[in-house]
Amino acid sequence: MGSRASTLLREEEIEEIKKETGFSHSQITRLYSRFTSLDKGENGTLSREDFQRIPELAINPLGDRIINAFFPEGEDQVNFRGFMRTLAHFRPIEDNEKNKDPIASEPLNSRSNKLLFAFRLYDLDRDDKISRDELLQVLRMMVGVNISDEQLGSIADRTIQEADQNGDNSISFNEFIKVLEKVDVEQKMSIRFLH
Amino acid sequence: LEGNDGMELALKYFNPFDNLLCILLGISFTVWFTLLLVFIIVPAIFGVSFGIRQLYMKTLLKIFEWATHRIERGAKDNNHLLYKPYSNGDGSNRDLDHASEFEMSDIFYFCRQGVESIMDDEVTKRFSAEELESWNLLTRSNYNFQHISLRLTVLWGLGVVIRYGFLLPLRVTLAFTGVGLLVVLTSIIGFLPNGRMKNFLSEQVHLMCYRICVRALTAIITYHDSENKPKNGGICVANHTSPIDVIILASDGCYAMVGQIHGGLMGVIQKSMVKACPHIWFERSEVKDRHLVAKRLSDHVEDKTKLPILIFPEGTCINNTSVMMFKKGSFEIGSTVYPVAIKYDPRFGDAFWNSSQFGMVNYLLRMMSSWAIVCSVWYLPPMTREEGEDAVQFANRVKAAIARQGGLVDLLWDGGLKRGKVKDTFKEEQQKLYSKMLVGTQEDRSRS
Repeated sequence: MGSRASTLLREEEIEEIKKETGFSHSQITRLYSRFTSLDKGENGTLSREDFQRIPELAINPLGDRIINAFFPEGEDQVNFRGFMRTLAHFRPIEDNEKNKDPIASEPLNSRSNKLLFAFRLYDLDRDDKISRDELLQVLRMMVGVNISDEQLGSIADRTIQEADQNGDNSISFNEFIKVLEKVDVEQKMSIRFLH
Repeated sequence: LEGNDGMELALKYFNPFDNLLCILLGISFTVWFTLLLVFIIVPAIFGVSFGIRQLYMKTLLKIFEWATHRIERGAKDNNHLLYKPYSNGDGSNRDLDHASEFEMSDIFYFCRQGVESIMDDEVTKRFSAEELESWNLLTRSNYNFQHISLRLTVLWGLGVVIRYGFLLPLRVTLAFTGVGLLVVLTSIIGFLPNGRMKNFLSEQVHLMCYRICVRALTAIITYHDSENKPKNGGICVANHTSPIDVIILASDGCYAMVGQIHGGLMGVIQKSMVKACPHIWFERSEVKDRHLVAKRLSDHVEDKTKLPILIFPEGTCINNTSVMMFKKGSFEIGSTVYPVAIKYDPRFGDAFWNSSQFGMVNYLLRMMSSWAIVCSVWYLPPMTREEGEDAVQFANRVKAAIARQGGLVDLLWDGGLKRGKVKDTFKEEQQKLYSKMLVGTQEDRSRS
């Protein structure tokens, strides 16, 4: 019910979200309207089923992992603040932000936080390490039934071999950052939205 | 006549004040009905128009522009940002880097696609009403309440009075007249022996009653390319936005309707319509039997004396910004297909029926209390299935033509996604594509 979108979200809340995520006023109202249209139960929170209802997300091989990223450990509902906090990771990095006050806490859309988001997609059990098993599982999600176990296993082995530096046969976050240091993370993990 | 008798009685038995009241009531009723008859029902019978509705439409547009202007001014004065409808951001480069082998960064591609679809996707927004650029003085389509000035509020109030006090009763009266006449006259015609007279009368009656219904909705319709109108033995397909689509098409031509028999008032209308000319109504149980449905449809089109069939292949109502997947059933039959594109102008009233939000009666009331229903209908040139083309490809070709003409987005997605889940085969296709990219290079490597 779009007609109530801007009246239910108070100005103070919009300001708080602006400070926390860096989204503009119009982006926040727009995303709030999106949030309410996804919220079929109209109780102010989204469940996993609400996300599953988006067809383009449901057919995404990593759809479930992405949906999972919105829900904190052990919870089944996400409110608008949580929704925005997660989406903030995909805000493009603006030039004027690069010279900000170093004492202020790191913005959600920093390169490091974007990489952390991707790292957590691989790290199924949230133990801050990507094991061979976890890598295999995620690979299996991406390729479906089209590649054999042996081939997939050798891909996983090669990947870990290249990334692993301390010999524990798994990839830590720092090793992950090292592997991707030449990749333009800012561009690949940013979405231009309603500027 | 009855009005006059009533007035005389009233004059005899009631006191002077009541006399005055009754006289006034009597006069207003008589004037009312005369106006109704002259300006609406008689033109409907003969299919002519006074051009009143066109004038109404132009006036309304000017008022809407003014209203939007005031809202924008109000917002600027208060230094607020207005809620604007979403116009899509630039389509950034979506391709997976054609790297030769798996890299951990491949996940970024799926990740970004997924989050983009969370922010906005092409499908779910088709199942809710379209958003408007300017305000059309209907509360239901306003997102910027706080910026309304006094003058605007007064105008809106006036609009409410006009719409609910004058237009709605008028339209409801017309609707009842139209439907009532349809039921009664088609039942009468049913008694005639089959033949040219019966067909002719049936056509005239159907046309007349649909025209009255068109006026009951204050529908202002522009028909384009009428030389392509569907002929006997063909199938007419159109995009579906609301039950009103039927009224819009059937007031300009005669069709055989297809559908399920309902109970209640709908059922009564259906049963009497089929007495006058052969429509195709199915029992609930028969609908599931695709073979039976196909047989009845092909029997009908083979008989060249029968009217063209009207079908909406999307299977459900879409919000008129896109055309969704056409079900292939009607395209398997093998007769000529006459595509029709219907595009509603959302500024005057949103015609989309969101069946999960409103029931039918609620929906009709909303329609009748809008300003008007303005739409354009394009009759596209007939199409037939070509050599080597299967039903699905033919359906997609017709769909593309309709989308192009109506200025609608052509989507491959199924309208059934309004209620159901997407099939797993789509996900499997994505996985297959990605695998091909990986495995293809593995083979190259082993060869080198």
